Amino acid sequence: MELIRIEDVTFRYSDISDEDTGADAPKPSEETPPVFEHLDLTIEKGSFTAILGHNGCGKSTLAKHMNAILLPSGGKVYAAGIDTSDESRLFEIRRHIGMVFQNPDNQIVASIVEEDVAFALENMGVEQSVMRKRVDEALDAVGMSEFKEHSPSQLSGGQKQRVAIAGVIAMRPDCIVLDEPTAMLDPAGRREVMKTIRRLNRESGVTIVLITHYMDEAAKADRVVVMDGGKVILDDEPKNVFSNVELLKEVGLDVPQSTQLMYAMKKSGFDTADTHIINENECADYLYELLR
Amino acid sequence: MLKDITIGQYFPGNSVVHRLDARFKLLITAIFIIMLFASNTFPGLCIALVFFLIAFIASGLSPKLMVKSMKPIIPVIIITSVLNIFFIEGVPLLSIYKFRITDNGLRTSGFMIIRLIALICGSSLLTYTTSPIVLTDAIEQILRPLSKIKFPAHELAMMMTIALRFIPTLLEETDKIMSAQKARGAELDTGSFTQRAKALIPILIPLFVSSFRRAEELALAMECRCYNGGEGRTKLKTLVSGGKDYLALSISLLFLSAVMLIDVGTIGVA
Repeated sequence: MELIRIEDVTFRYSDISDEDTGADAPKPSEETPPVFEHLDLTIEKGSFTAILGHNGCGKSTLAKHMNAILLPSGGKVYAAGIDTSDESRLFEIRRHIGMVFQNPDNQIVASIVEEDVAFALENMGVEQSVMRKRVDEALDAVGMSEFKEHSPSQLSGGQKQRVAIAGVIAMRPDCIVLDEPTAMLDPAGRREVMKTIRRLNRESGVTIVLITHYMDEAAKADRVVVMDGGKVILDDEPKNVFSNVELLKEVGLDVPQSTQLMYAMKKSGFDTADTHIINENECADYLYELLR
Repeated sequence: MLKDITIGQYFPGNSVVHRLDARFKLLITAIFIIMLFASNTFPGLCIALVFFLIAFIASGLSPKLMVKSMKPIIPVIIITSVLNIFFIEGVPLLSIYKFRITDNGLRTSGFMIIRLIALICGSSLLTYTTSPIVLTDAIEQILRPLSKIKFPAHELAMMMTIALRFIPTLLEETDKIMSAQKARGAELDTGSFTQRAKALIPILIPLFVSSFRRAEELALAMECRCYNGGEGRTKLKTLVSGGKDYLALSISLLFLSAVMLIDVGTIGVA
């Protein structure tokens, strides 16, 4: 079943008024070139999709279309079956499609962890006893229960981002769109956040759309969509996407380190090297077999 | 250096004072302030101080904290007391050149010092024992009746919540910007007063720019979490008042009337 359908969408920043412009939007000039044109993409319910691309390829802009922060200049976006241009159902859309941003500091509203997790529920007017339960569940789901009375300023970046994720999953959305959630974190924080995202997807069946430029994170998804210049250039399982080493390098992206190694070995004459290998374990197994 | 600021900080605990309903604590603090400024006699002031001491001991906070909270206002206290000593007319006790120290001056400045210290200690006790978020809730609820006359009670509370949330973040950022500017050769600690004030400009401008950016992102994140103003909102925690709150309020009213009585009594005698 599809959860988000992006149909023939065109978007240019000059078509929107100033106040709707996202934080990282360029200044609208007379006729800015479209960020993307005639783009089609569907996200299946329960899937884990990574959207890859270098800076400025339109991936964040695309993410903002998924919960009606931005509306398409042309074409339609359906989120959970609702047309995002239907303003009367805006909050319904936002409840179904949650969004987590890059900087955890700028999305935490309250100065106590559990109060922040409750923020969306308070806005939705959820009854107190139900709210309590859902806040506790959300904190449990991201493994932050023991910090519920802490102030966010006492937490590490990874912990803050997990709190931000909890604030979104407390709404019980069908889908969470994460816009480079690990870009500002240290390696330990990145691991924490990735583990949380994967667990949410596997155990709670939450649909995940992960916008990233880290190859190793994208390799953990079920599906990888590579964007360049506002177009989808690759859309497949991670191992198939990453085997296109040359194409990825052409658009300024890297491949996971193990794939890179396989690629280099194949080029230097190891015919058995398989560029479909995308994680360290498979890579180690292959090397072990080779050296035995 | 910026980390030392303690105003508005909350120290979690489980004392009676911590557990009192924040709305009552606000009222009681207001009553305490009235006590301080209503008493014009030494015994009256003593009663107000005894009231504070009882509350302070019940809160189980360390006296060190209170001393620390005084630090930023020491200059204010010194200036006001010096001005009071020299400029209030009365029976001269000592005169140096043109300046005279009078009995009234000494008395007024003594009162002023005690009042200011007690004022800061009293309000610090409130913020030390009440989580800022609960305090904001309490303010929102106390002001809610005013929303009938279009007073933005919810918006005000939301602004306070966000301000409190961002104080540590912005302090940290200020520290970072200061280090960055120092690394570029900015001299922040040397030079005349005007030079130092001017040196602050390259710190304030990036700070402002970044807070606007933060505000924009925060607004977006709030919208994504269905924020739609104060209407139809529920709360994770509601403030509940019980017997102990009314008891505490009665005790403070009792102290207030004692202060008033003593004042009226001694003034009558004098």
